Amino acid sequence: MPRSVWALPPVVVLAVLFLYPLALVVQQSLTPDNGGGAFDAYARVFGSRAFLDALGTTVWLAVGATLGCLVLGFTLALVIAFVPFPGARAVAKFIDVFLSFPSFLITLALLFVYGTVGMANGLVTEFTGAAEGPFHFLTTPWGVLLAEITYFTPFVIRPLLAAFSQLETAQLEVAAGLGARPARIVRRVILPEALPALGAGGSLVLVMCLNEFGIVLFTGAKDVTTLPMLIYGKAILESDYPAACVVAVVNIAISVGLFGLYRVVSKRAGA
Amino acid sequence: MSGIRFDGVCVAYDGNTVLDRLDLTVEPGEVMALLGPSGSGKTTALRAVAGFVRPVAGRVLIGGRDVTALPPHKRGIGMVVQQYALFPHMRVEDNVAFGLKAQKAPKSEIPGRVAEALEMTGMAAYARRYPRELSGGQQQRVAIARALAIRPGVLLLDEPLSALDAQLRSGMLAELARLHRELPDVSILYVTHDQVEALTLADRIAVMDRARLQDCGTPQELYRAPRTEFTASFVGNANLLPVTVADGGAVFEGRALTLDRGRAAPGAAATLCVRPHLLGLGAGPNALSGTIAEVQWRGSTHRLYVDVDGHRLKADLPELRETPALGDRVTLHFEPRDAVLLAAGVSRA
Repeated sequence: MPRSVWALPPVVVLAVLFLYPLALVVQQSLTPDNGGGAFDAYARVFGSRAFLDALGTTVWLAVGATLGCLVLGFTLALVIAFVPFPGARAVAKFIDVFLSFPSFLITLALLFVYGTVGMANGLVTEFTGAAEGPFHFLTTPWGVLLAEITYFTPFVIRPLLAAFSQLETAQLEVAAGLGARPARIVRRVILPEALPALGAGGSLVLVMCLNEFGIVLFTGAKDVTTLPMLIYGKAILESDYPAACVVAVVNIAISVGLFGLYRVVSKRAGA
Repeated sequence: MSGIRFDGVCVAYDGNTVLDRLDLTVEPGEVMALLGPSGSGKTTALRAVAGFVRPVAGRVLIGGRDVTALPPHKRGIGMVVQQYALFPHMRVEDNVAFGLKAQKAPKSEIPGRVAEALEMTGMAAYARRYPRELSGGQQQRVAIARALAIRPGVLLLDEPLSALDAQLRSGMLAELARLHRELPDVSILYVTHDQVEALTLADRIAVMDRARLQDCGTPQELYRAPRTEFTASFVGNANLLPVTVADGGAVFEGRALTLDRGRAAPGAAATLCVRPHLLGLGAGPNALSGTIAEVQWRGSTHRLYVDVDGHRLKADLPELRETPALGDRVTLHFEPRDAVLLAAGVSRA
């Protein structure tokens, strides 16, 4: 028997369970069951206000969350790696655990704190006697942004901590000896050497934010429609499969494109 | 002109003392080597000057100013470390300019001073290269240029030649000596475990062991008249023999030895220190007979290990025409002026 026979079972499983349904999605988007020519569904979706809004919301939320994660992640990683405090190792370990949490868990936790009947509002209403508390941002795009930054920041911290552990302490000491204040050392020595790790972590977070569904759903933000939410709405609520498939194809194209970028960047980072 | 003064400096980590009450003064313009095995506290002493460790007691003074509580960036110190620690994403010229920019030197001055520092270290032709495009020796020259560019009063060298191969090392040693002649005002603290580097370069050597200063003096003083057993064996790898002091000499395993120099009263226990290259083969004054335990040929010399009454002596002799065989009986001797008496066990007290 040729050895290539062994490759057959995984390829078959992959084809049946993943590639075939994916092909169906693409096919459905091109030749809808309910009639219409190729690209008719594309023309209809691309021309709709809802799609353009969702695309815009998805991109700005993903880009905003990614920038937030980069800034917060870089700052936290700096503290964990370079400011000696008891428990730094435990915090680094906890970040590993955090990566395994489901995303909606974070949203749920935020609901407990900032939700309409959450702790923060509860404290304020108790003290002021007001009918309702001042915190309502969780159901706005800002709530989604906060939840995404909270959940995805560790995905930036992880590669940064790996990069920082490669950095020679002697470089930082020599820089300080030459008269550089901590801020200059961060800007001129640490940041340039962390750029590949920032690029890798950032592009990973960007892809994950573009596809995030659980966080948006759980904040209960009705006006925040991202591409995954739109697909859900079209397919499940409106039973408009061709439109859902078109949006899905767009979402896949963006994700695969960005994933390719992530691979290129992370290869250069040596990750 | 700024010297360095350690004033009863103690450093401890988690209750472990790694530097114990160091008192030492490096005069302005002097090269002081801190010599000792690993764990002797020499690097800790250097790090206390740079500000990377905070002493639990004592003071560090640079140029008469107490810097004990100052952060590293306010001390104005040039530093060169074993692994070069060049900034990998910066070109050579930017590495050298780093300290000048950090200290906010006038922009118009920076290119000139970078060129001057690179010229001094022979690296002017490599200004546009990245560190990864340079050999180890070239990288270390850049590191030295980077330290000199800020015109520091104090230069700290932490095992600067340890990562280089033997041939490069002797070349760089000569370079460092030349640089110091060109910059006579710079005080240099040179940490090393290599006695050759210390003997070659230093005006004075501070010998450290077990977190303490054991001895301090000029290379000649330490080599010819060490004050402790540790100095005698660490600097120059001397033979140490237990003796009893006698009038005009000493007694070793029942043999009367004649000595020119003695510090102890007759009858006291002492240690006799004789350098391996000052032992001669054959009959002579202060003869010691024993059996050959090992013979090593080292090119221009032979090293013999000879067991004399249970004590193993090392003798370095000009290359022998007839090499003795293992187990042969031979006689070694030394001149009365070539041995030093040390008080027994002082360095381990």
